[in-house]
Amino acid sequence: MIKSVSVAALPVTENLIIQKNRIENDLKPDCKRVCIVTGTHGDELEGQYVCAQLAKFLSDNKQYLTGVVDIYPAINPLGIDSVTRGFPMFDLDMNRIFPGSPNGSLAESVAYDIVHDIEGADICIDIHSSNIFLREIPQVRLSEQTEAMLFPYALMLNVDFVWIHTAATVLESTLAHTLNMRGTKTLVVEMGVGMRITESYCTQLFNGILNLLRELGMWSGDTVQVRDPVVSKDRGVGFLNSDAAGIFIPCIAHGSYVKTGELIGKVLDPITGNMVELAVSPCDGLLFTLREYPVVFGGSLLARILGDGNG
Amino acid sequence: MVKNIVYSIKSPYRQSMDVIGYTFGSGELSCCIVGALRGNEIQQMAICAQLVDALKHLEEKGSIAKDKSIMVIPCANYYSMNIGKRFWTMDNTDINRMFPGYDLGETTQRIADGLFKSIKDYAFGIQMASFYQKGDFFPHVKVMDTKQESYESLSDFGLPYGLIREPSPYDTVTLNYNWQLWGCQAFSLFATYTDHIGGQSTQTAVNATLRFLVAKEVLVCALHPGSHTRILSEDKICRVSVNKAGILKKRVSVGDEVKAGGLLCEIIHPLEGNVIDQIVSQIDGTVFFAFSGQLVMEHTDVFNMMPG
Repeated sequence: MIKSVSVAALPVTENLIIQKNRIENDLKPDCKRVCIVTGTHGDELEGQYVCAQLAKFLSDNKQYLTGVVDIYPAINPLGIDSVTRGFPMFDLDMNRIFPGSPNGSLAESVAYDIVHDIEGADICIDIHSSNIFLREIPQVRLSEQTEAMLFPYALMLNVDFVWIHTAATVLESTLAHTLNMRGTKTLVVEMGVGMRITESYCTQLFNGILNLLRELGMWSGDTVQVRDPVVSKDRGVGFLNSDAAGIFIPCIAHGSYVKTGELIGKVLDPITGNMVELAVSPCDGLLFTLREYPVVFGGSLLARILGDGNG
Repeated sequence: MVKNIVYSIKSPYRQSMDVIGYTFGSGELSCCIVGALRGNEIQQMAICAQLVDALKHLEEKGSIAKDKSIMVIPCANYYSMNIGKRFWTMDNTDINRMFPGYDLGETTQRIADGLFKSIKDYAFGIQMASFYQKGDFFPHVKVMDTKQESYESLSDFGLPYGLIREPSPYDTVTLNYNWQLWGCQAFSLFATYTDHIGGQSTQTAVNATLRFLVAKEVLVCALHPGSHTRILSEDKICRVSVNKAGILKKRVSVGDEVKAGGLLCEIIHPLEGNVIDQIVSQIDGTVFFAFSGQLVMEHTDVFNMMPG
């Protein structure tokens, strides 16, 4: 059942409508509710296919479902529709305005309605792609503050990596932080690359969400054996940023294990063809982030490597 | 005047972007003034340019106090300004959400780091600020409430209003907030416009900055004392938003005094031309901010009213 979560008038005859698809079955007084949210950033599309797969599959196989699954495929529909990362006409990142306000601007008012609608769910999965610059393996990101509450659920999601990071004050205005602080367990998934759909990653997460539903007692249909993710706990993350400007040509596959000093790629000066930087791994470990967009400035992130924990 | 490169970054396809700082006087790092961090902050850059010109003449006349120095950085992001973009050219990130910066981080983190290293040790910092929403302001000065300083210095600008802002999470990565964490008394000065240069408002901001420098005994010269400053918390401002979307027809402008019940604006049906809503002021007050767009969405903040 398609429901409107937030409706607001745009200047010329049209309404901005945030929708969700509610799929429910076998409702009991204490039945659970899981929310799948994506489309906060208009250039992140991986979640679109996860939501589409889930909506179709759960609707067609409702007999195995107990409880409620709410799917929000586009909480920034104007952004997705116009290939705009942020909320069009509003210069702030939508994931920096939560919990929003009923009396605020249009974006703040929409943010408030979304939080109000999701709050109280048993679990929320907030799906992000990377931006257009970087490709990520499927991963769950948790802050240390929420690790104890969320880590067991992260293991259910069939991802390759769980990144537990230190909390940053600026992230207190994200949807996930807002919901977690209100007691609605919310996990952030990052995978793939901006403006693209990576079918294999989407299917991987789709299977993970089915597994989560099974673990919560909401799904009695078939599921696949989920992966055992690598966890960042006690393992450093090596950042490889370009110091030169040019075009980045990677020479190693994303998701590989690399050795310290191993070549990740080269930065070339486009007018002379000369190599201006050799990008080598700062540590042994898993290459979980690799630059996708070739043009780089000094500082552009080329790769992130999860250390293997051997110092 | 000494002109030097505060920070430089290379692009694969353009000349390097050299962030220029202009230093006047010598000795103690007394005050740093930063203009445009975003590509559309044209008035903010123009104010700093006028300040550079004014300080050059004042320095020649010997008006800068002994053992005091002032640095002005008119534009820290002309790559974006030259292509008409507000945020960073490539990844659309905001330099003013990257402070205190990180020298091994992403490009805008490196710019913020390079800039901050050069300016963090000044006793006073003034940023020519802009607002994320399209609109015009009554000129004013603002401090972030980091509970570390007194707010009496707001009066030294001689502007009618000095505001104290309770920081939001996103404020913690701004220049102003980090300046204050480093022990600098930092102020955001809002002129009337952002993406165009208003002659009078530019002069108002230039005069306010010079007045502040005189009050802090960094400059020694005679200046008009300016206005009495009313200092109040930002949350005392009354936000006026619209409940209908359409064409905005404003009936008041920034600086106008309005009585409770006075008409502020009308919303016109965008296709049929009739008035679909009228917004009146809930309070007696002065129009402090006016949205400058022609079309409004539902919930758009169209005015901020200063009570009293």
